[in-house]
Amino acid sequence: MTWEKLTNTQIAWRAAQGIEDGAYVNLGIGFPEMVARYQPPGREAIFHTENGVLGFGDAPPEGEEDWDLINAGKKAITLKPGASFFHHADSFAMVRGGHLDVAILGALQVAESGDLANWRVGSKGVPAVGGAMDLVHGAKRVAVVTEHVTRDGEPKLVERCTFPLTGVACISRVYTSLAVVDIEDGQFVLREKVPGLSMEELQSMTGATLHTPGPLADLTVPEIP
Amino acid sequence: MDKTIASPAEAVSGIADGSVLMIGGFGGSGSPIELIHALIDRYRATGSPGDLTVVNNNAGNGRVGIAAMIDAGMVRKMVCSFPKSSDPRAFTDKYLAGEIELELVPQGTLAERIRAGGAGIPAFYTPTGFGTELAEGKPVAEFDGASYVQERWLKADVAIVKAHLGDAHGNLTYRYASRNFNPLMCMAAATTIAQVSRIVPPGDIDPEQVVTPGIFVDGVVEVADPRQEEQMIRAGEAYA
Repeated sequence: MTWEKLTNTQIAWRAAQGIEDGAYVNLGIGFPEMVARYQPPGREAIFHTENGVLGFGDAPPEGEEDWDLINAGKKAITLKPGASFFHHADSFAMVRGGHLDVAILGALQVAESGDLANWRVGSKGVPAVGGAMDLVHGAKRVAVVTEHVTRDGEPKLVERCTFPLTGVACISRVYTSLAVVDIEDGQFVLREKVPGLSMEELQSMTGATLHTPGPLADLTVPEIP
Repeated sequence: MDKTIASPAEAVSGIADGSVLMIGGFGGSGSPIELIHALIDRYRATGSPGDLTVVNNNAGNGRVGIAAMIDAGMVRKMVCSFPKSSDPRAFTDKYLAGEIELELVPQGTLAERIRAGGAGIPAFYTPTGFGTELAEGKPVAEFDGASYVQERWLKADVAIVKAHLGDAHGNLTYRYASRNFNPLMCMAAATTIAQVSRIVPPGDIDPEQVVTPGIFVDGVVEVADPRQEEQMIRAGEAYA
C-alpha cells in the first residue's frame, strides 16, 4: 500500500481540530503559528502572545503596520474585539499560573517521557531561549507539531532527547506528519496514523516503542492549498 | 513635584561607568530609542558610560538602539532571553569573538526576576528551566510533589523606558503592546527615566488609566513623535 505524509499546513489543520471553543491558546513562533488559520467553523480560540496581548488577529496589510502592536515573533498583528494588553510579568503569570488551556510548540526531539528539546542543537553559536522554557510549564495541554523524522530520516520521537532540554515531562500530545501520538505514563500511545502506513513502517521511523492500548484511527486531513 | 527633564541628553547625564542598565522594550516595541541614542552621543563625546551591563529581552537589531550601543563598545554584558533578531550581527560578532558576556534567562523568568527586584522579593521558585542547562547550579526544591528552580531578583542602577503619556509626577501610560517590560523595569531600578510622547498636566491622565504610578519614576522627558526602531531597521539606518 502507498501512503503520503502530511504537509505542514495539514499538520497545523489537524492540531487546530483539537482546540475547543473559548480556549486560551499560545502558538510558538514559526510553524505552530499556522494552527491559527484552521480553527473549525463556530469555534473561537483566544490567542495569547508573550509580549502582552490577548485576543490578537491576523497580520495587517503591508504598509498598515503599527510597530507598537506586534507578537512574540516581532511580526505586526491586529486586534480582535475583546483584546487586552498587559505587562510581561502578568503575561507569564498567565503561562506559569496554569491559565492557558493549550500551548503548541515546535520540536527538535520529543522523548517518550514527555521531555522536549526545541531551543538549541549543540553548544555552538549564540544561544537564545525566549519564552519556550516558560511555555512548556503551565498550559493545561502542551502539544507539539512536527515532521515525524528529520531531513536525514532520523526519528524525532525518541527514548531520550540528545539535544539540550527545554522542559522535563511537559508534552502531552504530538501531531506529526505521519501520526497523532499521546504521551501517557512515560509511553508513546499511538492514536492515529496516515492511511496505508503499516505499524511496522511507522515504528521503524520512531525512536521509541509506540503503544496501541486503545482504538487506532486513520489520520485523514483535507487537501489544503 | 516636577520630575520633568528638558532633554534626552540631560536625562542620561547621570548614568555611570559600570552601571547595570535596564532598557525597556521588546524588540523595537517600547524601546526608548532616543534615550539610547543620547547615551551613545555622550559615550562618543566623553568615553562614558562604558562597561555597562544591559538588561533587555533582546540584544539589539541592525545598527540602531542597543545594537549601536554594542557596536560602540559600551556594553560589557547582556542579560536577555533572546539575543537573536532579523539582523543580529552587532551582538553575534562580539559574542563569538569573546568580547561580550551573555547571561541567558528564560523570558518569563527574566520578567519575574525584574518584578521581584522591584517588589523587594530576593528569590522565588519557578518550574521554568527545571532539568535544563539554564538551571545548572541553582537550588531546586519540591513543592506539592513538583520540582522548582530558585531564581534571584534582578535590580538595576538605572532603567530607561518608553511610555506614551507622562506627567510631572511620573505617572505613565503605554501604547498598545509597548508596555511589555517597561512597567517592571520602572520598579526595579534605583533611578528610572521615562521618555514619553507627550507630557500632560497632572490630572490629565485619568487615575484609573495610570499603568505605572509615579512613585516608580524619577524623571520624565518628552520626545514627541518618537522613532520606531523597526522602521529604522527596515530603512537600513545606522546610528553611527
